[in-house]
Amino acid sequence: MIETAAPRARAIESQAGGGAPHKGAIRMEALEKWYGTRDPRVHALAPTDLNIPEGELLVLLGPSGCGKTTLLRMIGGLIEPTSGDLLVEGRPLWRDGVRQNEVLSELGMVFQEANLFPWLTIEDNVALPLELKGMPKAERRAAAAKLLKMVGISGFEKRWPRELSGGMRQRAAIARALSYDPHILLMDEPFGALDAMTRDQMNLELQRIWSETGKTVVLVTHSISEAVFLADRIVLLSPRPGKIDTILNVDLPRPRTAETQATPAFQDYVRDLHHRLAAIS
Amino acid sequence: MIQRSLFHPANRAKLLPYVTTPLLVALIILIWHSYVTLSGVSPFILPSPQSVWTAWIAMLYDPRAWNHTLMTVYATLTGFAWALVVGVGLGVLIGRFRWLEQTLNPFIVATQVVPKVAFVPLFVVWFGFGLTAKVIVAAVLAFFPILTNTVLGVKSVDAGHRDVATSLNATSWQRFRRLELPSSLPYILTGMEVGIVLAIIGAIVGEYLGGTQGLGYMMIARMNAFATNELFAVIIHMTLLGFIFYFSIGILRRILIPWHQSTQR
Repeated sequence: MIETAAPRARAIESQAGGGAPHKGAIRMEALEKWYGTRDPRVHALAPTDLNIPEGELLVLLGPSGCGKTTLLRMIGGLIEPTSGDLLVEGRPLWRDGVRQNEVLSELGMVFQEANLFPWLTIEDNVALPLELKGMPKAERRAAAAKLLKMVGISGFEKRWPRELSGGMRQRAAIARALSYDPHILLMDEPFGALDAMTRDQMNLELQRIWSETGKTVVLVTHSISEAVFLADRIVLLSPRPGKIDTILNVDLPRPRTAETQATPAFQDYVRDLHHRLAAIS
Repeated sequence: MIQRSLFHPANRAKLLPYVTTPLLVALIILIWHSYVTLSGVSPFILPSPQSVWTAWIAMLYDPRAWNHTLMTVYATLTGFAWALVVGVGLGVLIGRFRWLEQTLNPFIVATQVVPKVAFVPLFVVWFGFGLTAKVIVAAVLAFFPILTNTVLGVKSVDAGHRDVATSLNATSWQRFRRLELPSSLPYILTGMEVGIVLAIIGAIVGEYLGGTQGLGYMMIARMNAFATNELFAVIIHMTLLGFIFYFSIGILRRILIPWHQSTQR
């Protein structure tokens, strides 16, 4: 009896929460991760509290081993937390060790590598999530065309991934993550494998896409200037075990451009973060 | 596309085999012919190229020879089809589930190591002199390269691609159909290339040892009749058959995995 009553109570609770007020919001309470089952276990992330409001562009910054990727992959449902609560739009992502699929569909993931399937054309790669959800081909094609336009690679629908440059492949990966219109975009060092010039350009593009779509974006990087350039808020993590060291609001006007990077305010942020990072790593 | 001269260095390497292969074949036939003529070796030991050619042409006009060919083709392809279905199916399961691999691995290694041709008489005892025994021998020989390559293929699925499937919440079937199968196809096709040749060998060895049909039987019959030139003709016939099967898999490769490096020209 309790078994059937409980989910109903939760459903009412999340309705009372009202869907809309929670849209795109992420909430973590005492979220913790240990790797391994035998000693020595690795403490990847110490109990962490963090609220990410709707529409924020939050950057997780830190040296390697600070648990930033672990944290992002937990939010993305790829790693199960050891303990603590992880609420996406007010609903728990994990319930009794089972990932909640309807919650997962509000999350779009972009990885360091584009991870496009080489046996699918760009169009089919971008529309893959829609295909998995059973959308008919004609609709998928129309959706893919629209998405490719948004990320600026129209005309490459029928190409193979290997025929595109690294930057273009990453654009396609972003389009794929946006295809099913999740409220939240999770990005794990998305431009880390690109050359510096392409990377700057992709940061501008990401800012544009973010402001056009109004998505909540959580982005992992180890580049300080990238963090300052993109973020509303930077969460600086320190290693062994990973935990939040500092949270920094970045009050720079938008849209930020190449000129923004030359302003004293921008460079102050960068310098402060450099000092902080040197102190913790 | 940049159009290059036929004799551009980049094209020269590709054209080379079209020149060297016929030349080498001609050279071998010339040496063969000279040896037969000069040494006066008995035609029962080594027939002349001409007599082999005549025998093969005669074979092409003999409906019974085509009937034998058809039997061998049938046994090869049926056995190969079984090997493909079971090998890929089991390979995907083994590649996916570690416990299954650990359970089955000793048996797979054991059956790999056993000289499988040694079981052919046993198959004849069990399944008789008909086609069934030949199909089974072909299937057993073709099975292992297909299985092991499929396992390797499934295990080689890129971790990043698996992350994508996980974050897109793909079902088990979708994961197989959209990720593991296409990702493993280059490996499976390599297994098929080896497997189809082994399937022919299996069918022919099966025909050696029992029954009155197929190219393997035909070889034994010609040998017993001391018609060595006709024996050679059957060998040529089988070789051509092998080429056709092997290149069919190559064509399949171009159709199924145009995206893969192995298909790049």
